[in-house]
Formats: sequence, structure tokens, C-alpha cells
Amino acid sequence: MAVDHATVRRIAHLARIKLEDAEVPHLASELNAILAFIEELAAVDIEGVEPMTSVTPMRMKERPDVVTMGNIADEIVANAPATEDHYFVVPKVVE
Amino acid sequence: MNTNPSKLIKGATGDWEVVIGMEVHAQIISKAKLFSGASAEFGGEPNSHVSLVDAAMPGMLPVINAECVAQAVRSGLGLKARINLRSHFDRKNYFYPDLPQGYQISQYKNPIVGEGIVLVDVSPTERIEVGIERLHIEQDAGKSLHDQSATDSFVDLNRAGVGLMEIVSKPDMRSSEEAKAYVAKLRTILRYLGTCDGNMEQGSLRADVNVSVRRPGGPLGTRCEIKNVNSIRFIGQAIEAEARRQIAILEDGGSIEQETRLFDPNRGETRSMRSKEEAHDYRYFPDPDLLPLELDQAYVDELAAALPELPDAKKARFIAQYGLPAYDAGVLVADKETADYFEAAIAHESKSRDPKAVANWIMGDVAAYANSVGLSIPQTHLEPAQIAGIVDLIAEGTISGKIAKDLLLILIEEEKAGDPRVIVEARGMKQVTDLGAIEAAVDAIIAANPDKVAQARAKPSMLGWFVGQVMKGTGGKANPQAVNELLKAKLGI
Repeated sequence: MAVDHATVRRIAHLARIKLEDAEVPHLASELNAILAFIEELAAVDIEGVEPMTSVTPMRMKERPDVVTMGNIADEIVANAPATEDHYFVVPKVVE
Repeated sequence: MNTNPSKLIKGATGDWEVVIGMEVHAQIISKAKLFSGASAEFGGEPNSHVSLVDAAMPGMLPVINAECVAQAVRSGLGLKARINLRSHFDRKNYFYPDLPQGYQISQYKNPIVGEGIVLVDVSPTERIEVGIERLHIEQDAGKSLHDQSATDSFVDLNRAGVGLMEIVSKPDMRSSEEAKAYVAKLRTILRYLGTCDGNMEQGSLRADVNVSVRRPGGPLGTRCEIKNVNSIRFIGQAIEAEARRQIAILEDGGSIEQETRLFDPNRGETRSMRSKEEAHDYRYFPDPDLLPLELDQAYVDELAAALPELPDAKKARFIAQYGLPAYDAGVLVADKETADYFEAAIAHESKSRDPKAVANWIMGDVAAYANSVGLSIPQTHLEPAQIAGIVDLIAEGTISGKIAKDLLLILIEEEKAGDPRVIVEARGMKQVTDLGAIEAAVDAIIAANPDKVAQARAKPSMLGWFVGQVMKGTGGKANPQAVNELLKAKLGI
């Protein structure tokens, strides 16, 4: 599957990455090269092999249902460009 | 599923059938959040229930809360659904200020719970089955406030990362009534299980409603999704409005565009939510921060064995054990606390009393009072023991049904913690069953009204007037049957 210029722009927009028009052809060829590497995997016979979502030979660790964190609103909003009364303040996003 | 003619909507060009499926988001009851140790409690000072994990600070990793998993399994069992012993978490990618990670951790391909079924009583005589497609676990988002400022939105992440269950139904509903009854039943089941408090006002239960219309028996139409409807009444109104909108477009020769819409309760109509449309490419992929969620069958069996009695089973038991009509049993079990209240009244002081009489009082006068003060029955100050007391006093013949209503009023307004038997004694409300006393009252009325006596002999329907006079003379306390018999004998009718 070849990545065309429109797809590059679309992916960039979805990821909220600003692209100059001049960067598009270069990125398209890079993405296509990466996909070509991945294409090599298609040669492997996976008949009867279950899809794998993790390579770690362990079970997921769980946490008990206990409140151990929080009440650090000062720290939570410390890096925000704009805050008020411990709220993050962002440009209006109403539907 | 067969088409039921009574559910069809009449259009200008013939009948239409509405097809409804629902995605219900139910907030999991837990102390801490799904992947962090911050409090999951509703409310709180802005950003006080937020950890560095919830704020998506770099380097923070999610660790799953075991109780949230158990709650999802319990919910699945309550929906008679298949529990998947292996499921995994995916990232659903989109940008919004109340989602600091830039993605929601959800379960896309392999949910924890598969297909199940909910039995829904649409009316006392109509029961439908609604299929459950799946139930999966995911994170809730934070909250944006828009009315604090003209130019800015304020973001509070207290809700961000709280555990949610998304419960997806099959498109098995054919009217707004069925859809409302489904949500009510689902909420009842979750409350019985203790997995979601079902509070729609606080947003702990929210529904996305998929609506399409078609010609009866024809192919499915294009559906629209109405997002975030937050009351059962609005669900009904939104479906009606959306079905009418779609029918009007189709009958004008137009076609339905698949889209997300919002219901505006003030205008009673749905409107398009176009701004979210381009965000529909969520680019799901397995979350590399989380391993697959693996459960043992023994663990699931243990949770299953500890489940409480669920509404369908309780209803069947109320019918079998107490001989209640199906309607009464259905009303009583709709709320677990009300069902418990009923059973407490039945069992009070281990005396035997008529369950139907207890049910009548709870569903009648007590419910009317609770309704008038905006409380559920168990939330009122009236205790099951007091209801049991009233029922016993009537059954013994100590008070009449009419006096019992006065007695309830005294318990509601004056002696809130009063013992019905003590009140009846202290206020002389006992029914007069002493025939001598009743006879004296009857004789007095007859002696005072010779003209009426003559009329009554000619016209026996006059008896009612005498009964009324005697009851008035005895403060309503005379046994009505005894009064009737004595009057008939003395008047010779």
C-alpha cells in the first residue's frame, strides 16, 4: 500500500502536526520506505498462530481499590499556560 | 423479529418501523480510578481527584484497578453474558481538552464481556428480549465548563480516568417505549449488582441512541447516533423526534446521512453535531503500556456465586412466595431498596400478614406520599414496621380501612416515629365492634328521624343515608358490616 500526499496530510492533521507543503513529498517517501520494511513480514507463514499483543511472559499487575493519589491540584496545573482556581483554561470548545 | 403493527409510526405515504440500538456508558462504582490511585468520587475541588497518571504527565504508566475488573465481570454475569477470560486494551486516539492523554484507553477488538441478554417488561403484558452485543471497560473523560467565561472553557480532570463500562445493545428495540424500558431495566440490574449507581443527573449513566427507520419488514435504514442523552424521559423524546425527522426526509424523496446528533430538550428536536465528524478516524491500536487482561474461570465462578438475587429472580420469587400479581411484583422489584422495604414489612416481628395488603399500602398511599415529597419509599421516615402495624390493625378488625388512612396521615405529619397500635389506643381510634354500643347509636338515629324511617321502608336504597349517619355519630369507628346488619334488622328491610 503506497502512501500518497493526501494521506500524509491527513495523518498529520489527525496527529495535530503542522506540515509545510514542501515537507510532504519527503515524508511520503519515508513512510513508504518504512511500510516496505514491514511488508517483508508478509512473507512469514502465520497459519494457526494467535495474534500477539505482548511479548512479556508475565500476567498484568493489578492495583487494589485504594485511594493513594490526588490532592495535588497545584502541581497538576503548574505547567499550564493559563489556569483559574485550579482549572485549566483553554480557548472555548463548545459544540 | 416480527413486526408488531401497534409499534409502527404512520407517515404520509404509509407505515414506518423505527429500529433502535443503544450504547450505555455506566460509571463503575469503585473508590479509585481505573488506572490510577486517585479518588473516583463525584465532585470535589477542581483537579483535586487527579494524579500525575490522570494528567498524562510524561513517563506515567497505567496500572489496572482490580475492583474495576471485578465490577465489569459482575455486570457481565448480571446480563447473562459470556465472560471473555482474555481481553485487551486499545488506544482510541482523538484530541479534546478534557482528554490529556490524547487517547482514551478502551477495549476495541477483544472486550471483557461478550454477548448477553436483558429481559424487558415494556408493559404488564408485554415482555421483550434485548440482546447485548458486548460490554467493555474504558476511561471516562474530564469535564469542560463553558459558562464561566465568554472566550474560554474551564477544564476539570476529576472525572478523567474514572472507570466506565460501555454496554452495547443489539438493534432490538422497535419503539421509544421499548428503549425507555430497556434503559430502566439495565439501570435496575446495575444497581442490584452494585456496579453502577445509575444516577443519570450526575452523569454516571448516559446513553447514546442509534435510530433508523424502515418500511415494515424492509431492509435496515441508515442510522443516526444521538449522543449523551441524560434522562430516560429525554431518551423517549429524542427517539420520537429523530424518527419523525428521518421519516419526513424519506417521504420527501431525500436520504438519511449517517451522522452524530444532539438532542435539544428545550426545542424537542435533534440537531447535527458536525464539528466532531472529522474526528471519526480513531486509529485504534493495542495499548503497549498494558498487558492482556487474563482471568481464571475459578475467579469468574467465585464472583458469580457471590452475586445478589437479581430483579428477574426476585420478581419470580415474590410471585411464588407471596402470591403477588406479576404487576405488583414488577413494581416492587424495580428498586432494590423498595423490594427490601416490602420484605421487611412482611417479616416484621415474624407475624404472618397478607402480602397483598402490605403491597397495596406500599404501592398506594405510601408511594403517593413518597412521590409528593420527591423521595423514594425507603427514603421517607415511614418505617416498614409502621406499615406492618397498620396492616395488622386492619386485619384484626381493630380499625377500619378508612381510619387506617387517618392513622397513616398521623404517622406522616404528627407522630413520625409513632407506633400505630399506641396511637390508635391513645387517640381512641379503635373500631367499635361492641354490638351494644353500635345498637345504641343506631337506635338514636332511628328515633331522631321518624320521617326518614318511613321513607326507607318504602325505598330500601335509603339505607345508605342511615349508615352514613351512624358512622358520623361514632366518629367513623363503628364496624360498617355490623351497622348495616343492625339497620336492616331494625328498619325491616
